[in-house]
Amino acid sequence: MKRAVFNNNWVAAAMVAPQLLIIFIFFYWPTSQAMYWAFTLEQPWGGGNTWVGFENFIALLTDDLYWYSVQVSVIYAIGSTVLAIGMALILAVFVDRQLRGFKSYKIGLIWPYAIAAPAVGLAFRFIFNPGAGVMLYVNDVFPGAWNPNANGTHAMIMVIVAGAWKQVAYNFIFFLAGLQSIPRSLVEAGAMDGARVLRRMRDIQLPLLAPTFFFVLVINITDSFTDSFGIVDTMTGGGPARATNLMVYKIFNDGFQGLDYSGAAAQSIILMFLVVSLTFVQFRYIERKVHYT
Amino acid sequence: MNRTITTVTALGLALIGSAAAAEPVKFEYWYGLTGDLGARLADTCTRFNDAQDAYEISCISYDGYELVVQSAIAAFRAGKAPTILQSFDAGTADLMMSGEFYPVQKMMADFGIDVDWSNYFPGITNYYASSKGELFSMPFNSSTAVMYYNVADLEKVGLKAPETWEDFEAAMKAVKAADPARCGFAYEPSVWIDLEQFSAIHNLGIATNNNGYDGLDTQFTYNTTLHVKHMENIQRWMTEGLAEMKTAATGATSQDTFAQNICTFYFGSIASHSSVHLKAVEGLNWNVAMLPIYAGTERRNSVVGGASLWVLSGKSEAEYRGAAEYMKFVALPEQEKWFVANTGYIPVTKTAFAELTAEGFYNDAPFKGREVAMKQLTFTEPGPLTRGYRLGSMIQTRAEWKSEVEAAFNGQKTMQEALDTAVERSNAMLAKFAKTYAGKTLP
Repeated sequence: MKRAVFNNNWVAAAMVAPQLLIIFIFFYWPTSQAMYWAFTLEQPWGGGNTWVGFENFIALLTDDLYWYSVQVSVIYAIGSTVLAIGMALILAVFVDRQLRGFKSYKIGLIWPYAIAAPAVGLAFRFIFNPGAGVMLYVNDVFPGAWNPNANGTHAMIMVIVAGAWKQVAYNFIFFLAGLQSIPRSLVEAGAMDGARVLRRMRDIQLPLLAPTFFFVLVINITDSFTDSFGIVDTMTGGGPARATNLMVYKIFNDGFQGLDYSGAAAQSIILMFLVVSLTFVQFRYIERKVHYT
Repeated sequence: MNRTITTVTALGLALIGSAAAAEPVKFEYWYGLTGDLGARLADTCTRFNDAQDAYEISCISYDGYELVVQSAIAAFRAGKAPTILQSFDAGTADLMMSGEFYPVQKMMADFGIDVDWSNYFPGITNYYASSKGELFSMPFNSSTAVMYYNVADLEKVGLKAPETWEDFEAAMKAVKAADPARCGFAYEPSVWIDLEQFSAIHNLGIATNNNGYDGLDTQFTYNTTLHVKHMENIQRWMTEGLAEMKTAATGATSQDTFAQNICTFYFGSIASHSSVHLKAVEGLNWNVAMLPIYAGTERRNSVVGGASLWVLSGKSEAEYRGAAEYMKFVALPEQEKWFVANTGYIPVTKTAFAELTAEGFYNDAPFKGREVAMKQLTFTEPGPLTRGYRLGSMIQTRAEWKSEVEAAFNGQKTMQEALDTAVERSNAMLAKFAKTYAGKTLP
């Protein structure tokens, strides 16, 4: 294969520079600032800071409530990812099989991804409101069955469903594209050999979908740790009794509302390393099982 | 060629000169009041701009006190802060420690504006003054918490507004006995009312060092005071069905359920007096009274809530002069009276209160009852434990109280355990605050 090579390095540098500059301004610079703050006690109004070494990290890691926040974040990440990937896969298979009306709901399914997280949160807050929304009917039949305002488990389910709903659209696009890139002849050959729909899916389509599946998994896990803020903020505000106080929401709460800049910076660093290491683990161990065609 | 340039330059300079003469000095004022109250605040800016043409204040609205303070901090760090910032009680300690402000008492003196500071209610000025008594920020929208009660409900059972918590419990029981379907007390956990106002009127500290005024090495103590018994009582009232949790999360706030004639009692800021009037259903017969005290205790003054106006550092002299003129303007008795009448806030000067009383402002609806807040706030002279709270990380420590109390109401732990945990966690925050400002002292 012939490789395209720039003979003029200056042109190449000029092309790359804007992107590098953006990454520097919006990633490396804030990250280095956060890194510095995490090792100091920063006065909110400026006016200096004190170097405290690992004190902020030790305070966090010995705090039960911080670990609780990590725990609920992991529950949220697993819950929303499984739900979003599962739903998207089923829907994509339906569209791929061109079941009745697939054209209209193909477009309908893509829309939710364009909706901002806070808007999703507001809509689901109404749907799940025990006193006013759709769930009111459930509570009418089984009094007290649904109360996300007092019951932490209910609140978590509510946030997971809203987060997954938003993510389904994104996953759907990738799964559909993945399914449609599987050569028709493979599936047809399977059919001629007598494999039925589920068998063909298990033995032919899903294995060939593995690279897409892997990509979607990485994106979903990362997204559930970092992009859940808008949904939590509008739906539960981290409550009740911290049951939905996800790591990213706790950072906002402590840093911006509580003016504890250093504690929040330390939490950001931990979150960043967590996401980086999760992604690393996925590439190192799960990707081995993925075969690219 | 040279000549042309000179002419053009001269022309340009002349244009700049004439523009400068006509252009008013512009400065910004960021505020966190929202809704109807925010609109009235914006009106004060319009009225100021209409009244003179040397200065132009531009008032920028933020969605809440917390947001306006955090936005101002971010802007300040970027060198783009407003000249005037409306900051709430919980932001006071951080601002004081930063020193990045122009003390308002000094500013008014520097610009030769004569203000009779003794005319301000001491219960209000103490919250915003240094330990030496110098006023750092301008008292503006001030409030305190009061008891809202349904007059008709109490008349039906032959009772008056309860003055003690014991009578309050008896009143709830009587109302429930008369109509079991009635919600007695719409409760919404509020650290400001249940802890801060409650402790002040009972002359109890919530923290050492006279509630933080005397130093940064402060510790919370509210898990050892009457506050615990009070919270346990509220919890008991809820289990007995006398009180019900009414928050936005449960569908309707305590204020809404009161205004909709569902509940007999609710506790809230006097600033909501006008909101309750607007929301009240047809025929709702209601009034406000002072917060109850426990029998056998002696009533003291309550503490002020609301917000004050801070002038931030790093601005030009012209902008400071503008800020001083604006403060002078809003402090004019007729402007103050206008703001008081159009919101639920209380007058901050003795003159305005005396004039309003003399004019009969408090005699009839919709303003009748608001004088209760003044009576409660000035019930005694502020003492060491009723001056206010000078505590760091106050937004976070308030949140700790709320989370723990919620956990107790949800049955996860006892109230005493919850308050112990809240105090322990809040003390760690205070220690961190003190360490952040190591080597500095409260002004």
